[in-house]
This record gives sequence, structure tokens and C-alpha cells, in this order.
Amino acid sequence: MQRFSCPFCGPRDETEFFYGGEAGNERPEPAENISPVRWAQYLHMEKNEKGRAREIWVHLTCGEFFVMERDTVTHEIFKTEAFHGERT
Amino acid sequence: MPSTYSAFQLFKEGLKGHTGWAPAWQDADPKPSYDALVIGGGGHGLATAYYLARNHGLKRVGLVEKGWIGGGNTGRNTTVIRSNYFYPESVALYDFALKLYEGLSRELNYNIMFSQRGIAVVAHSELEMEMAARITNAMQINGTDAELLNRKQVLERAPLLNQNDDARFPIFGGIWQGRAGVARHDAVAWGYARAADKLGVDIIQNCEVTGFLVENGRCSGVETTRGEIRAGTTGMAVAGNSSVLSAMAGFELPVRSFALQAMVTEPVKPCLDTVLLYMGTGTYLSQSDKGELVIGGGLDRIPSYGQRGNPPLQEEILSGLLEMFPAFGQLKLLRQWAGIVDVVPDSSPVIGPTPLPGLYINGGWGTGGFKAIPAGGWLLAHLMANEEHHEISRPFDLDRFARGRLIDEAAGAAIAH
Repeated sequence: MQRFSCPFCGPRDETEFFYGGEAGNERPEPAENISPVRWAQYLHMEKNEKGRAREIWVHLTCGEFFVMERDTVTHEIFKTEAFHGERT
Repeated sequence: MPSTYSAFQLFKEGLKGHTGWAPAWQDADPKPSYDALVIGGGGHGLATAYYLARNHGLKRVGLVEKGWIGGGNTGRNTTVIRSNYFYPESVALYDFALKLYEGLSRELNYNIMFSQRGIAVVAHSELEMEMAARITNAMQINGTDAELLNRKQVLERAPLLNQNDDARFPIFGGIWQGRAGVARHDAVAWGYARAADKLGVDIIQNCEVTGFLVENGRCSGVETTRGEIRAGTTGMAVAGNSSVLSAMAGFELPVRSFALQAMVTEPVKPCLDTVLLYMGTGTYLSQSDKGELVIGGGLDRIPSYGQRGNPPLQEEILSGLLEMFPAFGQLKLLRQWAGIVDVVPDSSPVIGPTPLPGLYINGGWGTGGFKAIPAGGWLLAHLMANEEHHEISRPFDLDRFARGRLIDEAAGAAIAH
């Protein structure tokens, strides 16, 4: 059992967390100008980094979203921080 | 040149103390160029190389593998082969694979030990029986074999199942596909490797792709740890690492990597002669020829490239097993491992051209790539040789995401994804 650190609650078991997607995948606007290809890219395409990745997670028990930087091969966690609707 | 395997050959070699067997395939060194180059020496890549030579008559085919052949997901799965899917496109694909599997030992002159022992997907309520009937009907309409089982028929097939009245997941019935089964997964890789080698394919191991050669906007080969290899047409079958290669080629895929784990118990005498899956627990199992129970379940919850399973999911899978077969609580777990799988939003594979012309992809198999190996190889070979889709692979093109034509088997088929 790995432990992740919620920025609000501290270290908790991994089963309390849910993966929410890659950080920095900003919704393209305005909708009427967005091509199906761009929309599909926003919805489905992934960088799927092997190694260091910046991801959005939700702590299910407190309901807060936050950003976690971790290594997807070793599962080492570098940093967790509150999510402020970041822009890339 | 390796000999043809037969009972007579075995007898002849037996008289000579088995000293005359030639290696089943040659470990080739890379040539500067090939007509067709396959990246990935798993089942799909090896099958692709074989069908490029056999179906399309290509003489200069190379295959590069970063490690050893069959060392990735081909050697890490739970060896189940089935085509019990919901949508016509999926059944066309997986049943094509199943049909090829049925003749594969003979075709490759290599015993893949395909045992068509059937799969039962067990339902636990009247409502789930409605779902089971719907899927059974869909499978029959799509042209594959399917049968709706009642409780008695399920218990006839697996008498050790939990029959208690107070079971958390009581047995109401299930979906039966009799042509499904299990095969020796290493033998599938080795059989294709041997047959491809016989047709002149170069199998190059310990050769990792580090980049793509692009000329006039078209893929003209790869850079590898063993030098540059040029190719007329290039195909990648590297599920688990698809995104890593696509990033080198300059495009993104709708793929997230997750660990899918599996485990085996200590070997016991024959006690289960079919493949069994519970809708309620998502745990499934079969018994290997060695007597080990081979157990699998759902994906780990955390995106990962680490080829090892995570304890929380292991616990979930095993608690499912004990609900299904209380008697198996006495068994010890012998080994546990994981492979990294390409998870796609609609749980269907990606087969087709990529945004880089001259490069074709076979990937995104999620948790079910092994069962599709012969079809995946056949279709990727078709794409590479003809530069256009086979009718079976057309619906699985990358363009389905922009067209909104997803083939959502995660919602369709009553199986763990």
C-alpha cells in the first residue's frame, strides 16, 4: 500500500485517491470554433509520460482536487500541491 | 534450417540422444535496410512479421525487439482466448483471431497447446441474467458461438463454486462460449518466431528504437541502439509502450498505461476444466496444465509503467477468488506479476495508419491483447503491405475518436476491462 499526501489532509492510503487526468490539459474555447480533431485531442489524447509526470488527483474522502508530481515507473512522489485551476 | 517438428522427427532425434535439434530461430544482426520493419517482438509483432512474409510475399522483413521476444505482455497474460464481445466490429476482430488460433498449431508446425475448454461468465441476479441474455443474443447475431446457462449448467461445469444460499454473489446462470480456451502464451511467440524465421524474417533482439527517420514528411526507418535501420514501411506493435514510441514519432495516442496483474497458486490436481469469470467480483481464473490456478482481475488504479502489481488490487482479486471458490483459501500463492497495458477510453484497440505517413500502429489492446495476436498480426501486415485498411481493422482506426465512432466494449461486454 502506497501513501499519497493530500495537501489538505496529509498522508493517506492510495485507495483514498482517484486519478483525474494530466495537468495542463486545458479545455479549448470557444466551443463553436473547436474542430472535432481538437476536441478529440482534449478529451482523449494523452502524453502518458513514462517517468516524471504532472497529474491531477482527487482525494475522495475530502473531495479536494490537487496536483501531484510523481515518477510513473518508480512511483516516487516528488510533490503534491493544491490545485488552483492552473494554466499552461 | 530447423527441421519440421513431427512424431517421427522426435523418435529419430530420440535415437540420437536429442543432439540434432537446430535452434528454432536465428538471433539476427540488423541489416541497413528492409522492405518492411516491425517494432516489437511480442506476439503481435512476431505475427505481423510472419504474415508479411507469408501473406504478402515480402522477402526483406526485419523485426526489432528492445529485450527478448515474448518478454513483455505476451509472457505476462493469463492466456485466455475468447471472442465474447458485444459489438459486431469487436466480434469480427476477436473471432477472426479465435479462428486463426484454432488452426495455429498446424499452421506454424508448433504446438501452442490451445485447449478450447470454454469460458463461463457468471451472473448473480435476475437483472444480470437479462444482461447475460442480451450479450448472448448479440454474440449469436454477430456470428460467434454463445449459450445462456442456468444455475445448474454453471455448477455442472464448475462444481467447486460457492453454492451457499447466503453467498455474497449467488449463481443465477451465465454466458457460455464453448470455443474459448487457453493456450501456452510463450509457445505463441516462439511458434510465430520460428515460422517467420523460416520465411527469412530477421529477428533482432536487444535492439531498442530511439527515434524515427523522417524524410519528406514520411517515416523511412528507425534509429536504434544498434544503428540506423531504413525501411519501406514500418509498423509498431509495442502495447505498454505505445505512447513512448508515438512521442518519438511526434503524435499523441488516446492511451493511458496501467499495470494489469496476474498470479498463480501452487499446483494442485485437476479441479477446474474451464475458464471462469464472475461479473460480481471481476476475478477470473483457469487451471494450467501444470496444475496451478492462474488468476486475474481488473486493472490497478494508478497509471503506471512499473511492471509490478499493487497490493490493494491484489487483495481485491483474491477476495473475489475466495468468494467464488471458498476451498481455494487453503492454497498458497506461488507467483505474482504484472504487465503494462495500453488502456484506451473505449476499451478497443487502435489499428491503422498513424499521423506520421509510412508508420502503422497495432496497439491499445487494454487487458486483452493476447487473444487477438493472430488477427492483430494479420491486420497490421495487411496495412503495411497494402497501405490501406483490411475491412476488419477499419473501425479501429485512430480517426474514430474525432469521428465519435467509439466501440465502447467497456460498457458493452460483461467482462473485466
